[in-house]
Amino acid sequence: MRASDLLKPRPEGLYCPPGDFFIDPVRSVGRALITHGHSDHARSGHRSVLATQQTLDIMGLRYGEDFAGTTQAAILGETIDINGVAVTFHPAGHVLGSAQIAVEYQGMRIVASGDYKRQKDATCLPFEPVPCDVFITEATFGLPVFRHPPDHEEIARVLKSAAQFPERSHLIGAYALGKAQRVMRLLRDAGYDRPIYIHGALAKLSEYYQSQGIDLGDLEPGTVESGGKADFTGAIVVGPPAAFADRWARRFPDPISCFASGWMRIRQRAKQGGVELPLIISDHADWDELTATIKETGAQEIWVTHGREEALVRWCELEGIAARPLHLVGYEDEGD
Amino acid sequence: MNRFAELLDRLVLTPSRNGKLTLLTDYFRSVEDPDRGLALAAITGDLSIAAVKPAMLRTLVVERMDPVLFGYSYDYVGDLAETVSLVWPQPPGHIPNHAPTLAEVVGKLQAASRSDGPQVLARLLDSASISARFAIIKLVTGGLRIGVSARLAKQALADLGQVDVVEIEELWHGLTPPYTELFAWLEGRAEKPRSAALALFRPVMLSNAVDDGDLEKLNHADYAAEWKWDGIRVQAVCEGRIRRLYSRTGDDVSGAFPDLAAAMDFEAALDGELLVGDPREATGTFSDLQQRLNRKSVSPKIQQQYPAFMRCYDALQIDGEDLRGLPFVERRSRLEAFVKTLDPSRFDLSPLVEFPDWQALERLRQAPPHPIIEGVMLKRWDSPYLAGRPKGPWFKWKRDPHTVDAVLMYAQRGHGKRSSFYSDYTFGVWAGPEGSEELVPVGKAYFGFTDEELRQIDKYVRDNTIERFGPVRSVRADRNNGLVLEVAFEGLNRSTRHKSGVAMRFPRISRLRWDKPAAEADRIETLQALLQEG
Repeated sequence: MRASDLLKPRPEGLYCPPGDFFIDPVRSVGRALITHGHSDHARSGHRSVLATQQTLDIMGLRYGEDFAGTTQAAILGETIDINGVAVTFHPAGHVLGSAQIAVEYQGMRIVASGDYKRQKDATCLPFEPVPCDVFITEATFGLPVFRHPPDHEEIARVLKSAAQFPERSHLIGAYALGKAQRVMRLLRDAGYDRPIYIHGALAKLSEYYQSQGIDLGDLEPGTVESGGKADFTGAIVVGPPAAFADRWARRFPDPISCFASGWMRIRQRAKQGGVELPLIISDHADWDELTATIKETGAQEIWVTHGREEALVRWCELEGIAARPLHLVGYEDEGD
Repeated sequence: MNRFAELLDRLVLTPSRNGKLTLLTDYFRSVEDPDRGLALAAITGDLSIAAVKPAMLRTLVVERMDPVLFGYSYDYVGDLAETVSLVWPQPPGHIPNHAPTLAEVVGKLQAASRSDGPQVLARLLDSASISARFAIIKLVTGGLRIGVSARLAKQALADLGQVDVVEIEELWHGLTPPYTELFAWLEGRAEKPRSAALALFRPVMLSNAVDDGDLEKLNHADYAAEWKWDGIRVQAVCEGRIRRLYSRTGDDVSGAFPDLAAAMDFEAALDGELLVGDPREATGTFSDLQQRLNRKSVSPKIQQQYPAFMRCYDALQIDGEDLRGLPFVERRSRLEAFVKTLDPSRFDLSPLVEFPDWQALERLRQAPPHPIIEGVMLKRWDSPYLAGRPKGPWFKWKRDPHTVDAVLMYAQRGHGKRSSFYSDYTFGVWAGPEGSEELVPVGKAYFGFTDEELRQIDKYVRDNTIERFGPVRSVRADRNNGLVLEVAFEGLNRSTRHKSGVAMRFPRISRLRWDKPAAEADRIETLQALLQEG
């Protein structure tokens, strides 16, 4: 059994011929296995979907209950047989419900990581290294320049700035699924107990997180109905990044724009986006996490996907590990 | 070091002046001596550290990591200092138990010799965090580039101590890093430092603009009039053997004008305008003056082609006698006698303008005899020389600005209060033969309009966007569609950086011409004609 006969890229996504299923397909297919709920990985319209219950719930919230023909919940660590292929979901530490998918057939085990990180995150289960023959790693931040600092240090900078500029508001741009809730949770863990104002696009998902036992504290809608400009003085507001360029943001007094993303590591990125307070908080592995994880899986072969493949492939070469880029199309980095 | 690094990171991304001031004063308040003083010196450019060349930095890093991976990284980031700060590998097993202070870093760098400099730098980078590494590299490669002028840093000090910034400027050149006595005074723990240094800067006297109705209340006979020269306000101070040429905010600019500084062979403090040319023959235009500005070094050729001279208009001290308390009429006659003793190719006197009444002066103001005159100055005959901008004794009465009707081409989102508004506008005028006219950008403006007008333009931009590039929107602008902006500006310079060949000085939106069809906006030739006049 060659690894490339067990999983291979197709225009629809990563395909398993013996099992006849796709992992995170970007087009409608018969059977889809889905790692997590970000829209570039989880699309609607498949005939059947296998994912963790939380990922299924999130897809339901985003696309409506009829997002797929049939659904099946995968339980972490429990093996499911699909046409003779053994499939197991393992936590990936990316966002709530995220999983790696291990595929095993005739003694060959491949783990598709989906998106993952190794930093501690109170809003999801931690990544679990799975020994395998081939490890398919993401490479969103696959360059040695990407080194994420501890997230609590980044949150401390927001709170310091809020104390320095009490007459202004702080607008934190964070993607609606995962990052936004993690930021809110980090604020709470840092002792911030005032209401956090949120953009409407975050409401349903944040409520879902709370229902899953992740305490985000008092969240209030950042709407004008709840008050005039003065009410947002000193407020911390969380919303999707695009909203801050919009007229929506005008209700906030002299806002300081913050953006929670791994991309904020690069000053020019912050400058171009008009970000005054960049927060390097990422749901993807940084360079050190990527390289440590590759070693930890013990895989003899690494396939590198969505991101900066060439640097990670180069690193594997220097380490004597076989590696190649896996050219999958259609993935953006919604999660960061 | 980490606090200094954090300060730099915040300053570089904070566009508003008030925001920067808050960050600076908070830093000065919370950080102890000598770190805060060294940070201040680094910001004002008064910290001297032997430089490390970028090539050396590169050598150091590729000794420590795979050059191919470094190459990918540098290609992606694009900035050497930043790339090195990010990729610098921590030595194996090295966990720094002590983050170095700014004073330790500066001390080690200043003690380093030419030959061991790179190794000293490498050891510092080993022990520092990512942000601190960036700050260290910025210190050794020179130029922080954080958008904070020495003037702004001094304003922050003034805010810290609740004193007038003029007091700081006056003291500044007698002080040296790490400025412990200055901070002690600002925090009320010590007397104001007294300086024995010679040739200090004396805070300058500034004027107010003439407002509508101001002149009616004034008797013209109480005032002297002079041309208002559009050069660089300077103060030439010589005491003992110390010679200094200061800008109006007290920065020492002697180095940029060595030719003028060499001719400062006297005992006095003079106030005047730096211009180029030979005052006995011809005064250069603003474009000529520009050849001498913002240069790191001035070649002999440039000095010869565009010699700097000073057109004097006040005397603050002559031969050890402080004249600032005397009335202007007295200072003026002392100045006239004194300037006669100076090198006539480098110093002359700003002539007084005779005028029988305000109407006559108004006519002179509108049609000055030289392009580098931007209006007239009014000075009360009986006024002493007062630091700051007192209302009454000095007025500037500028010539009316030029205006041009231009078409809005691009709009960019602002910052802070304006972060959800398209508030920075690039505008253009028509160029090219009839029938195939095209807009060429001639400038950018971000003020001059009211909040209500801003809302209107913002809506227009959003409704007429044809393309987006990050925070910039390209706005529909052709012969039949477009928003015409009346733009006011103070003058034009030739520019090789702009496609249009012109660069505006101090452009601002003076009126929105919703009524005017885009096709009737001005043509580039209108501006080119203005350039000829200048």
